[in-house]
Formats: sequence, C-alpha cells, structure tokens
Amino acid sequence: MGHVAVMNTQARVPGPPLWLLLELTYRCPLHCVFCYNPTDFTRTGPELSTEDWLRVLREARALGAVQLGLSGGEPLVRDDLELIVAEAHRLGFYINLITSGVGLSETRIAALKAAGLDHIQLSFQDSSKQMNDFLSSTRTFDLKSKVAALIKQYDYPMVLNVVLHRLNIDHVEEILNMADRLGAEYVELANTQYYGWAWHNRDQLMPSRAQVERAEAATKRFRERIGRPMQIYFVVPDYFERRPKPCMNGLGSIFLTVTPDGTALPCHAARMLPGLEFPNVRDSGVKHAWFDSSGFNRFRGDDWMKEPCRSCPEKARDFGGCRCQAFLMTGDAANADPVCDLSPHHHLVTEAVANAERPRPAQQPRPAEEKPLVFRTPANSATLFP
Amino acid sequence: MDDANPISGASIPAIDRRFRLQWEAAQNAHVLLYPEGMIKLNTSAGEILKRCDGKATLADITASLEQSFGASGLSGDVFAFIAMAVEKKWVTLPS
Repeated sequence: MGHVAVMNTQARVPGPPLWLLLELTYRCPLHCVFCYNPTDFTRTGPELSTEDWLRVLREARALGAVQLGLSGGEPLVRDDLELIVAEAHRLGFYINLITSGVGLSETRIAALKAAGLDHIQLSFQDSSKQMNDFLSSTRTFDLKSKVAALIKQYDYPMVLNVVLHRLNIDHVEEILNMADRLGAEYVELANTQYYGWAWHNRDQLMPSRAQVERAEAATKRFRERIGRPMQIYFVVPDYFERRPKPCMNGLGSIFLTVTPDGTALPCHAARMLPGLEFPNVRDSGVKHAWFDSSGFNRFRGDDWMKEPCRSCPEKARDFGGCRCQAFLMTGDAANADPVCDLSPHHHLVTEAVANAERPRPAQQPRPAEEKPLVFRTPANSATLFP
Repeated sequence: MDDANPISGASIPAIDRRFRLQWEAAQNAHVLLYPEGMIKLNTSAGEILKRCDGKATLADITASLEQSFGASGLSGDVFAFIAMAVEKKWVTLPS
C-alpha cells in the first residue's frame, strides 16, 4: 500500500509559482464599477516598503517565478516602481505593468524602459470618451490615448485591455478599431468576472446572451479582416457557459499574489475564503506561504472536492472551477463552481443570466430609480463595506 | 510572408522582438516569454532557438547542433522547426 501516498495528489510537491502578481497599492485614480479589488480595501493595512517588495521578488524568483505582473490599484502611484522594475529585471523576470495609464508621463515611461520593463497592459473602459469617463468616474480617455502613443514610441509591446459588460459590450467593433488605430499588438476583451466591486454591481453589468453573441460575431469579423498581426483574446463570460473555467489552473498551482499589505494569496480574490491562513510575507516569507500555509494547500490536488466534482472525469481539466465563485454563490468554497451545469447550484447562475434578459436600456447608464452602480471609491468602501 | 522569405541555409533567424528566450533552471527548460505568457520548450527546440541570435545562418546553426550532439543529417529537422517557429511568429527571418 506504499503507493497510496504517491496517488494522494495533496502529497505531491507543488511546482514553482510561475506567475507572481504584486498588487503594489490599492490606491487608484480611477473608480471603475467592475474592479475586482476587494470592496473593503480601505481596511487593508499599510503598504509594504520598497525593501519588502524587493525581498518578495528575490524570494519568489528563487522559487522559480518568472512572469511578473505589477498591478494594483494603480501601480504608478508608487514612486518606487522604477526601483522594483530594475530589481525584477536584474533577477530575470519578464515584467508586465498593468496600468490605467494615469501617471505614465514620458519621463517615467523612459525610466521604466531603462529599468527593464518588458510590456505594458493599458486599460480602456470603452472606445468612446463619454462611456470611458463615465465607467471610470474620471476624465481619462484623452490621457489614455496619449499614453498609448507613448507606449508605441518607446517600443513596448502593447496589450490593450477592455473589461466588457452590459454598458460597453455593444461597442466591441469600435473598441477593436480603436486598438488597431493605437497600434496594439494584443487586445484582451475580458468579460467581467464577478468579484469585488463587479460582484456588488453584477445585476447592472451582466450582458444579455444576445449581446454576448453579437460581440463574439463582431470579434470574429474583425479577426478575418485585420491585415496585420494582432492577437485578440475574447474572454468568454463564464456565466454563459456550461462548464467552469480552470480558474488559476487550480489554486496553489502556478499563481501567487501579494496584496499591498503583504498578504500572500493563491489568487487576487482569495482573501474572502474563510478559515484559511494567508501568511503575511513580512512575517514569514514567500516560501512558507507557498509550501506550508493552509491558504495555498487547502485546494491543491483534488482531495478537497465534493460531488459532483469528486467523481467527474473532467475534474483534471477544470479543477472544479473557481473556489471564490463557489463560495460567493453557495457559501461553501469546496462546492462545484455553480457555472457547471452539473452543480446543484447551477440555477443561481441561470437566474442571474435570466435576470439580464429583462428589457431595459442596454447602452446608457441605467435610470436613476434602479439600484445605482457603486463606484470603487475610498468613500464607498469605507461607508458601504466597513 | 513565407514566400517572400524562403528558408535556406543562408537564412539568418532571430527571435522575434515580441518574445524573450531564456533558460529557467526551476523548469529545467528554455522558455519563450511574451506579454503575460510563457511557452516551455523541449530540449531540441531550446537548443535550436538559443542559436537564433540574428547573426548565425541556418547552415551555421545546423552545423553547431550536429557538432554539439555528435549527429549528422539534422538539417531537415532544423528547417522544419524553423518553418514552424516562423509560422508561430517566434522567429523572424530578416532579408
């Protein structure tokens, strides 16, 4: 019976955390309604110091991390971003800056290039100035367009990221034309994932099925006529699927996030999962968090699974879906992701989708008498989610 | 595009600017890194690509591989791999 332990997937030594995401700050000049940051972000403790971040980089690289995302909030709010990039480059990371563009002056973009930044992912909220500025609750559209030109001028590969939802998904063709005009090499049309602020605003953000289908068709037409290499990722909204996404390739498999206050998480939303230890890298370092903490070990392998996942032949492909989504919708993080139509909770997803089918204006901000969109602001965080 | 750049022994392949090739000890493999993604290469792909420095010709690369691995007659495999790598835009063949 000696090989029982070998068959136990929990006992396998985890591979390296290939993907390291540093959420350098929750401060952000934008107030996007679909942000996946936690709604109670104002309760987060003080941000890590420069020296702490550099230590996190060294420890994670020693474990085999190689793709680095620098995100937030808005990472450019940190005035030590260039120092962090320089150390990451020295260590051999491939460095992705995930930014709204606000604060990306020519001085800083040149300094980041010199420090070794590999790539910039620039977010737009829409192809129209009016909707971009409404959704982010800022006047940033013109600034973002200028930043896109700077990214090209400094010869970074540019990923243009647009989070799609009910209020902008009908503009996909215009968004792709804008991406082409701006010279983007990659475009991510990322349908909203419902966590954080997006979860709170889900009813207003959920598109109808017809909207999703039109957007996919428009993307397909654009792919067929574009005359230069441009990679378009259309991230399908999982609520409209019958099988869940293989979230994070399984929690604790390849992905490691560190939040602004130093909490190590197996995905950026996982702090909501109850009963788990998520160590702070100030106290115990990255290696302990990755290998020894319950926060990373609890959902490794498949021993934690319940039915219908446990006996499902597809469990090695989708890992039961997203733990956070299972917890948010069913109250138990070990349940099947309710996106799966084999889940006894699947009706929660179909009801949310059906709710999006009721007639109402698709492209305009909703009438004032309906439940209002809640913008991601420190004031809303402090008063609504104390 | 392939027609404009037929692959020959005189071709000088280089890693496309959108990719970065590096050795990763933790994975015991060469990898190609690109925005938010990574391709883990098998041994032969890594050995070919690490020689694509924008200076060596395909004939040089083949000779170097044959010498390193004590083999002969590798050019068919190398050309086929480079054709695939050009198709995937990992490699460019500046004319």
